[in-house]
Amino acid sequence: MKIFRNLLESVKPQFEEGGKLEKLYPLYDGIATFLFVPGHSTHSGAHIRDGIDLKRTMITVVFALIPALLFGMWNVGYFHYQALGETATLMEQFGYGALKVLPMVVVSYAVGLGIEFGFCIIKKHSIEEGFLVSGMLIPLIMPVDIPLWMVAVSTAFAVVIGKEVFGGTGMNILNPALTARAFAFFAYPTFMSGDKVWINTDGGAVVDGHSGATALGELAVNGTTSYSPMEMFIGNIPGSIGETSVVAILLGAALLLYTGIGSWRIMLSGLIGAIVMGLIFNAVAPHMISEAQQNFMAVPYWEQLLMGGLIFGLVFMATDPVSAAQTNKGKWIYGFLCGFLAIMIRVFNPAYPEGVMMAILFMNVMAPLVDHYVIEGNVKKRKKRIQVKTA
Amino acid sequence: MQDLVNIFVKSIFVDNMIFAYFLGMCSYLAVSKTVKTGVGLGAAVIFVMGITIPVNYLLENKVLKEGALSWLGEGFDTVDLSFLSFIMFIAVIASMVQLVEMVVEKFAPALYSALGIFLPLIAVNCSILGGSLFMQEKDFSSIGEATVYGLGSGVGWFLAIVAIAAIREKIRYSNVPPALRGLGITFIVTGLMGIAFMAFMGIKL
Repeated sequence: MKIFRNLLESVKPQFEEGGKLEKLYPLYDGIATFLFVPGHSTHSGAHIRDGIDLKRTMITVVFALIPALLFGMWNVGYFHYQALGETATLMEQFGYGALKVLPMVVVSYAVGLGIEFGFCIIKKHSIEEGFLVSGMLIPLIMPVDIPLWMVAVSTAFAVVIGKEVFGGTGMNILNPALTARAFAFFAYPTFMSGDKVWINTDGGAVVDGHSGATALGELAVNGTTSYSPMEMFIGNIPGSIGETSVVAILLGAALLLYTGIGSWRIMLSGLIGAIVMGLIFNAVAPHMISEAQQNFMAVPYWEQLLMGGLIFGLVFMATDPVSAAQTNKGKWIYGFLCGFLAIMIRVFNPAYPEGVMMAILFMNVMAPLVDHYVIEGNVKKRKKRIQVKTA
Repeated sequence: MQDLVNIFVKSIFVDNMIFAYFLGMCSYLAVSKTVKTGVGLGAAVIFVMGITIPVNYLLENKVLKEGALSWLGEGFDTVDLSFLSFIMFIAVIASMVQLVEMVVEKFAPALYSALGIFLPLIAVNCSILGGSLFMQEKDFSSIGEATVYGLGSGVGWFLAIVAIAAIREKIRYSNVPPALRGLGITFIVTGLMGIAFMAFMGIKL
């Protein structure tokens, strides 16, 4: 640690006013404050000071993502060897997956942070930390087989159009990671859906009878799935890299809830919303016309929770403090509708079996409206209270 | 019944006038600075669409379409007045908007002055004529379907304008690059909202 501090101190004059690299000060500032809690204080206004700042908050979320990331790496390797019909040890599986996943992480961070640094230098603004989480989320919600340049393009789109044009971290309206996924989804549909993209085979021949479809993909086509609830809970199923394992995600969720960084209101109400929609579908399933839809709707509601990216979305995406609703009552409504719509879209819309992404994006769009009416309602209630008192 | 629900939901979310067809953008961009005016104009659009589309449906099927005039007698079987449909539709819409304008001026003068020129301009709002023309193209089988379609399209437009108004109120505090402030960022937001609305594309009930 001391080495870092001394190094930073020794190069500091170069970046300060009058120094040779004055223009790159945001870069220096970003690295320095990333490593050490900054000693300077705010310049104006009264602030409540706390040891935890935005960088520490973001890093906590990244830590919460690590179980899902590690599991995802192993899962990628596991399915790779399974699809090729080869046997491999646990370490081999993990190693193969890591080789596939880490480049995606690196690309997403390099592109995203590069753009952020560029913008900060132009705007003469200190570097914002929001991308630390987005950069980790983006690879986790992509299928493993997507080419790296697509990851790069979608990351660039999300950072520039989704975030920087609004003025950077904390001002965007849509979750940047989901923007990246939606962009990739609509721009390169063949690489983002179907039953070929979830498992990396490296061009090798697949053994007979091996299906690479996700649980939801199978349900949308036949109305049945070949994966057991236990497999889905552990996460041993094909899917986007980080979304498959409910256990690993719950570990992360526990950390977020314990530290108070993720909103429990959104997670809980999202879960309730998904369960309510699941129960409605279970109730109306026998009255639907097509058989596939009947079967899909008859899937028990608790099994719906385990499939696809629902839990991942609710824990890491819906709780994004920037794009979610800001008021407490608004959070309940917002979370509920996220879960509700996610299940609805996945059942009703055969084109998008992975409805979670779209549901959360849609609710991101609607969140300011929800907040607006919650606040208006509050204002009205208080006005009434005053009137009663004075009357 | 299921048909009607299907048409209603589809016209709100799937065939949303703003996010699927980008119709009626001028008043959508101009009046969406605050939620309050957005709600006012949105309600006016719902009303106008909910009335004009069924009325135009009757016009289309009883007067304009080829053979529509056959109820007048034998000789009218082949009369085709569809070349008049634009002007007839617009006439209906314009008179409806006049009515709305008078009502709003009388009962909500504050809203009337806030909406300014954009209230009478509903008459040339592309989404309203668009709604009538889509109605013509979709060839609905009953006036009920046309009414539901009209109301649904209006509600979709309403939803779009209040959503963007709330977003614009929120991003007022954002540090948008100077070159993009105002309309520029609003266009970008509209595009992003369009991506979010693609969630419903292809939904089947």
